[in-house]
Amino acid sequence: MATILEQPGFNPDQDLKVVGTNPVKHDGPDKVTGRAKFGADMYLPGMLYGKILRRPHAHAVLKSIDISAAEAMPGVNAVVTRDDFPELPPGTPGGDLSRNVMAREKVLYDGHPVAAVAATSESIARRALKLIKVEYEILPHVIDPVKAMAADAPILHSHIRTKGVDGAENTETNVTERMVSEMGDVDKGFAEADIIVESEFDSKPMHQSYIEPQGCVASTSQDGQLDLYCCTQGIHVFRDRIADILEMDSAKIRVSQSEMGGGFGGKTSPYGEPVAALLSKKSARPVKIVLTRNEVFRCTGPVAATQSKIKMGCTKDGKITAAWADLVFQTGAFTGSMFFNGPWAMFTRYDLENIHVTACEVVSNRPKVNAFRAPCVPQIVFGVEALITEMAQKVGMDELEFRLKNAATEGYTTVFGQTFEAIGFVETLEAAMETDHYKSELPEGWGRGVSTGFWFNRDGDTTASLTITPGGSVTIMAGTSDVAGSRIALSMMAAEELGVPVDKVRAILSDTSMMGNNRVTAGSRTTYSAGMVIIDSARKAIAEMCSRAAEIWDVPVEGVEFIDGECRPSSSNVGEFDPLSIADIAAKTSVSHGAISGHSEMNVTGAGPGFGVHLVDCEVDRGTGRVDIKRYTVIEDAGKAIHPLQVEGQYQGGAVQGVGWALNEEYIYGEDGRLQNPGFLDYRIPVASDVPMIDTVIVEVPNPRHPYGLRGVGEVPVTPTLAAVGNAIGDAIGIRPKSLPMSPPKVLKLMKDAGINTK
Amino acid sequence: MARTHITTTVNGDEYEVLCEVEQTLLDVLRDELQLTGTKEGCSSGDCGACSVMVDGRLMCACLVLGVEADGKSIDTIEGMADGEELHPLQRNFLELNGLQCGICTPGILVAAKNQLERNANPTETEIRFWLAGNLCRCTGYDKIIRSVQAAAEQMRGN
Repeated sequence: MATILEQPGFNPDQDLKVVGTNPVKHDGPDKVTGRAKFGADMYLPGMLYGKILRRPHAHAVLKSIDISAAEAMPGVNAVVTRDDFPELPPGTPGGDLSRNVMAREKVLYDGHPVAAVAATSESIARRALKLIKVEYEILPHVIDPVKAMAADAPILHSHIRTKGVDGAENTETNVTERMVSEMGDVDKGFAEADIIVESEFDSKPMHQSYIEPQGCVASTSQDGQLDLYCCTQGIHVFRDRIADILEMDSAKIRVSQSEMGGGFGGKTSPYGEPVAALLSKKSARPVKIVLTRNEVFRCTGPVAATQSKIKMGCTKDGKITAAWADLVFQTGAFTGSMFFNGPWAMFTRYDLENIHVTACEVVSNRPKVNAFRAPCVPQIVFGVEALITEMAQKVGMDELEFRLKNAATEGYTTVFGQTFEAIGFVETLEAAMETDHYKSELPEGWGRGVSTGFWFNRDGDTTASLTITPGGSVTIMAGTSDVAGSRIALSMMAAEELGVPVDKVRAILSDTSMMGNNRVTAGSRTTYSAGMVIIDSARKAIAEMCSRAAEIWDVPVEGVEFIDGECRPSSSNVGEFDPLSIADIAAKTSVSHGAISGHSEMNVTGAGPGFGVHLVDCEVDRGTGRVDIKRYTVIEDAGKAIHPLQVEGQYQGGAVQGVGWALNEEYIYGEDGRLQNPGFLDYRIPVASDVPMIDTVIVEVPNPRHPYGLRGVGEVPVTPTLAAVGNAIGDAIGIRPKSLPMSPPKVLKLMKDAGINTK
Repeated sequence: MARTHITTTVNGDEYEVLCEVEQTLLDVLRDELQLTGTKEGCSSGDCGACSVMVDGRLMCACLVLGVEADGKSIDTIEGMADGEELHPLQRNFLELNGLQCGICTPGILVAAKNQLERNANPTETEIRFWLAGNLCRCTGYDKIIRSVQAAAEQMRGN
């Protein structure tokens, strides 16, 4: 039988009853009453409190660690250091992760963990950390990615050789990889251009800034079984990474997920969890580690800082002929920035034939970067869309018309080799042109910016299970995490398939022992991929119910059809039978073949790419350089919005995260290599009074691979934001900023340097 | 470490707690009373996730010492619903999707309830400034503000 992935997918004729409505999220009541349990909310009998020692050196050899005084302190039950971690070779995924969660040969950034203690109270644990004596040999450090590429830069890792460069085998470097992404003939493309624009742009790291710091409780039994409760975007990924670095058998690790208080990519890899596991093993007690906000900023997250040189050309009638770029991505102390997303996504949505992009990834003495919505893309699109606007202006075309003229459509083959099926970029641009916002006159003194964005949307390994209860209601279990409301979307899809009200369905999040492997909950893959396996599970349960009905009626199974939540004879030839509801069939399972369930395990494919357009109006204070966002509209293709309020929430939240990155958020380092703003007072994310209402338009161009047509919607809303805000500022003050964030002092300086009137 | 005996009323119930002098009210609520609805986001008064009422004043529980709660009356998110009946703010946050991950929600609800008790008909701007001390990273605030507005309107009608 053909699997759901091989079937035609989208059915345009279906009459959807549940999908497209806005039921209350089933996890909502617990979250408005304080019942919901997050990572830090678990307390176990006999539990100890774990604390991690972090030192302020940006780069130093770790010569010796003396834990004897800490170990002797009353109340301290365990101390761990590098010596408790298995030795894994540097430069391997396990070796790097192990060294990131606990420094081994060297500390590589301000806050790098060097030891940890577990004690009967937090205060004892904190005091015990002060008794640990660490001897260092301080080394020169490098923070800036371009300086880190210099021949005389301090080298972080002696094993790194630049991948992708011939003859680099003998040269120590901080450049981990150099990649080229190209198609067509870029020289020919520029020769055909009437107008060529080029510029340099840069960005600083921003932090995902989930409000919930990482929190976990690890409990290891004497026979080596680890129960780990934590907030995570991937229970299976955490299990397998911890198994790698602690050299454990993964079947002995059970990772259970708490509610997750925001992740945005930042909770895709472990930090304190393996440390808690070792402390628990050593103390034979449950150990809780909750990071402080200071630790979250200094040692988790952030996104890659970038430098980009971008050049584009177009004909005088507005057809883009060539696109070229040279990009540098700072990945922090270890590789793993996913920088390839930048070159692949930066121009993708335009119908380009000639592209040449070189991209480097560089290590420096900063925390290892982690994923953030559309990793390594928005900060590059910041430059691309500045040049697109500049070309439109030089050609004398409306900005959206220019983008529409160059829009990729079905059949376009991208620089990374994907040929698009039905996509909604044109429809999204057209919808943007039809908004009141775009048609409205711009008030005096304001600026208006537009930008577009693209994200691949991911899919991959996913599992789910669905069970019919004896009363005829439905429980479903997903192996993915719920980062913002996927449980309700999955429940709605199960309800749609089974023809029951969504309140008859309850979804729970599984632990690693309940489900087969799931890829990390990231890349806007979850509602799509988990939806596919839930729908598949429901269809399997329906097939089983049809077979039970056939047995009850004593007719061939082909004579039974399932419509609107009940089994009916498929024609009068089958015989006269009263329909059997799910509850009718479920009530008889004990006298037939037992419980009815469906489960599905797939390497899901067919995620449809997503496209968005953002419109921003802003006002710039001429005395301070402060940018005030006055009006904001997000237009994006969702394929099909399962729960439209949730989809709007993704658009709005993504846009405001982007506004923070555009206007304020950055890591600021001192000359000593220490992070100077590791707190929400000095690292300022947008607050309610910083932003207006965010208008949304949900475009629905069905993904042909999905039964309801849905596409992921989580990453796209961040990709255009920085550029749209930059273009709006450029429109307001007459000069387009090229350095992120566009904070008040930088915007003020830009105006002063350009001789623009300031107060 | 020597502990201090305090007596405090939380959501109408009197509790006796032995707390360390360096424990905050947030630590006492969470670690000693297991009232984990009040969340810790920063421990420095910058995020508002631990917003509680102390003798009728809106405060960050991370900025109050546990020993200062002696003799005080504390209201937390766990006391907001009236038994099985959700508060109009809670209901509207559910119906209008005023929450995504939910970690900031308890603090925002506690703060918003306090605002509506002082001002039954706040403007959008007043709500935005009142909640400016409560960080949310998921929603972009739009649906939070709309949820508060809708709850205010319903409460005025009652």
